[in-house]
Amino acid sequence: MKKRINSFLVHLELIVVALFVLIPIIWIVMSSFNPGDSLASSSLIPKRFTLDNYIRLFKETNYLVWFKNSFLIAALNAIVSVVLIMITAWIVSRFNFRGRRSGLIGLLLLSMFPNFLSMTALYTLYLTMGLLNHPLALVIIYAAGAIPYNVWLVKGYLDGISKEIDEAAYIDGCSYFSTFFRIILPMSKPIITYCAVSQFMLPWMDFIMPSMLLSTDNDNTTVAIGLYNMIAGKENDKFTMFAAGAILIAVPITILFIVFQKYLVQGVAAGANKG
Amino acid sequence: MTKRSSSTILSCLFWGSGQFFIGKQKAKGLLFFVAQILLFGIELISGYWFNFFAGQIPDFQIRLHGGYFTRGIWGLFTLGTVPGEDHSTYLMINGIMSLIFLIIFLGIYIWNIVDAYSTGKAIDDTHTYLSSRAYGKKSYQKMFPYLVLTPILFVVLYIVVMPIIFSVLTAFTNYNVNHLPPANLVKWVGLDNFSKLISIPIWSQTFLIVLAWTVIWAFLATFSTYFLGLFQALLINSKCVKHKSFFRSIYILPWAIPGMISLLMFRNLFNGQFSPLNQLLLDCGLIHSRIPFLSEAFSAKITIVAVNLWIGFPMFMVMLLGVLANQDPTLYEAAEIDGASKFQIFRRIKLPLLMKATAPLVVMNFVGNFNGFGFIYFLTNGGPNNSSLQFAGDTDILISWIYKLTLDQNMYNMAAVLNILIFILVGVASYWNLKNTTAIKEM
Repeated sequence: MKKRINSFLVHLELIVVALFVLIPIIWIVMSSFNPGDSLASSSLIPKRFTLDNYIRLFKETNYLVWFKNSFLIAALNAIVSVVLIMITAWIVSRFNFRGRRSGLIGLLLLSMFPNFLSMTALYTLYLTMGLLNHPLALVIIYAAGAIPYNVWLVKGYLDGISKEIDEAAYIDGCSYFSTFFRIILPMSKPIITYCAVSQFMLPWMDFIMPSMLLSTDNDNTTVAIGLYNMIAGKENDKFTMFAAGAILIAVPITILFIVFQKYLVQGVAAGANKG
Repeated sequence: MTKRSSSTILSCLFWGSGQFFIGKQKAKGLLFFVAQILLFGIELISGYWFNFFAGQIPDFQIRLHGGYFTRGIWGLFTLGTVPGEDHSTYLMINGIMSLIFLIIFLGIYIWNIVDAYSTGKAIDDTHTYLSSRAYGKKSYQKMFPYLVLTPILFVVLYIVVMPIIFSVLTAFTNYNVNHLPPANLVKWVGLDNFSKLISIPIWSQTFLIVLAWTVIWAFLATFSTYFLGLFQALLINSKCVKHKSFFRSIYILPWAIPGMISLLMFRNLFNGQFSPLNQLLLDCGLIHSRIPFLSEAFSAKITIVAVNLWIGFPMFMVMLLGVLANQDPTLYEAAEIDGASKFQIFRRIKLPLLMKATAPLVVMNFVGNFNGFGFIYFLTNGGPNNSSLQFAGDTDILISWIYKLTLDQNMYNMAAVLNILIFILVGVASYWNLKNTTAIKEM
């Protein structure tokens, strides 16, 4: 009997917390199907379902352009970051050279510096190089900024792969690079997946860099800025449209997260222990 | 004269010439010489040195006629001398970069001399000449890491290192709204900004109040999420729960949904005027007037911590579930045989093990919350405004205050001072976190 009461209480708690987790999510999903455009008129269960907000989103805003910008940035960032991170981590993990130790400590220091604090300098730099208002130019910042933290992470992973495997490959006549491509890369799929997915997800919701380096005109901005501007103003007549836009972006990213959660969880755990 | 001294002296003057003439290593000598040509070539061509030597420029000024390096260093030291023409921040950025390049060239120069000496010494000792090719083969292995890393190093130098140096240096200037280039010049002011932060009451008060809230917030945020995560993980893991993965996949949602979307969603849910939550509570008769969730200092702070709890607990829950799954059950069985009660097992064995396994994660999370810009900015914008604070609202943490000082007030110098302070705080915490990990020890 005591066991059953216990079990009932545990399940009750789990269900209550689950409701707390789900209700805000259900609310925002329902808001996007709500007729009317303001916050006040959106109720948890809409009186009738409508796709008006989605249609308005595509008609009245440049949502597709923002989406395209964000997607291109994210995809390119995933590729460039992975290339830079893997090569650097491979070198510091496998080669012993003068300056390696101080370089690693330097990277550790850099990864502690909150990166957006360098925004004034980056703004001036982009201004001088004429890179302002080019969405893809943001990739340079994201990818370079990803190096310090992720190199430590990947180095820890690569250190775990036995060096005897590389040496066997060298004896068989592989050059450094062919060993890298044929031995190291295939063996580090989990960590590559982590880097690629996390770097792909990062730019979607980054707010500071695009708000500094891209103008707010509709063609060059990203989804994050576009969505924020919809509800930043005092008048909130775009709330349901914001909800629709938010759903369209949150659903794919959430699915991506769930699909790759194994790698993401491992990556976070490794990051805390630096490998 | 021994080969080692003649080779060294030659290479001191003309890079690589010792290796070229004395050591008979033509390719290597040429490479060093190319580096020297580059250094002087860039300087001479980017400046007006030829015209100067030809006597065409009577009043030679580095500001106008210097090359990339001399003008860069001049700019870094003076930050410009003619208002309206010299752009202080450009000069500073160029100065930092030319200084970095000069240091790199200095490194090559020293390497060249050391190499000339050792090449000469090898000839003195063995009376045989090592060809460039043989040297190249020998040093390919040594050089390979540098060759691959150099391009990446340049990217990191430009995009990561230079901005940080810039931001640190800004703390020692008067770069603010009254001194905005190009109309005005920025000047070096030494430690004035630091003493301003300490001695001017409104600055020091704001700093202390914001810092106190930042620390409280980081503590509350980290530990509330940790303990809810722990609690849920233990409950899900208890024997009587059948649908573990069902609950787990619901709880993971707040972690999976992009943070900015969740935060903006809550900002609307807790909106003081139109909040559907307030409406619901009013309709149920639970409250009689609308709760100012985000527009009154104390309730806003509570709301922020609560929202963070919603967003943050899944991460710890998932991590702790992972740790629980990997635990050795025999440990608990042994304790049970020894007569430990369930509570004792939990208190004395399970909890310490879990804490130990997740300690680095907690510190990392703490640092993340300390700099948790998004939580503050997207939920309250730092508001409600507080006129007794210098450009900060009641819920502003250091990093969002810095953001406001930079973007709204153009007080770059004060922002940079705070920046340095954050860096020291975060650096100490992270160092303490990592100093005993294997990653550092085995580096």
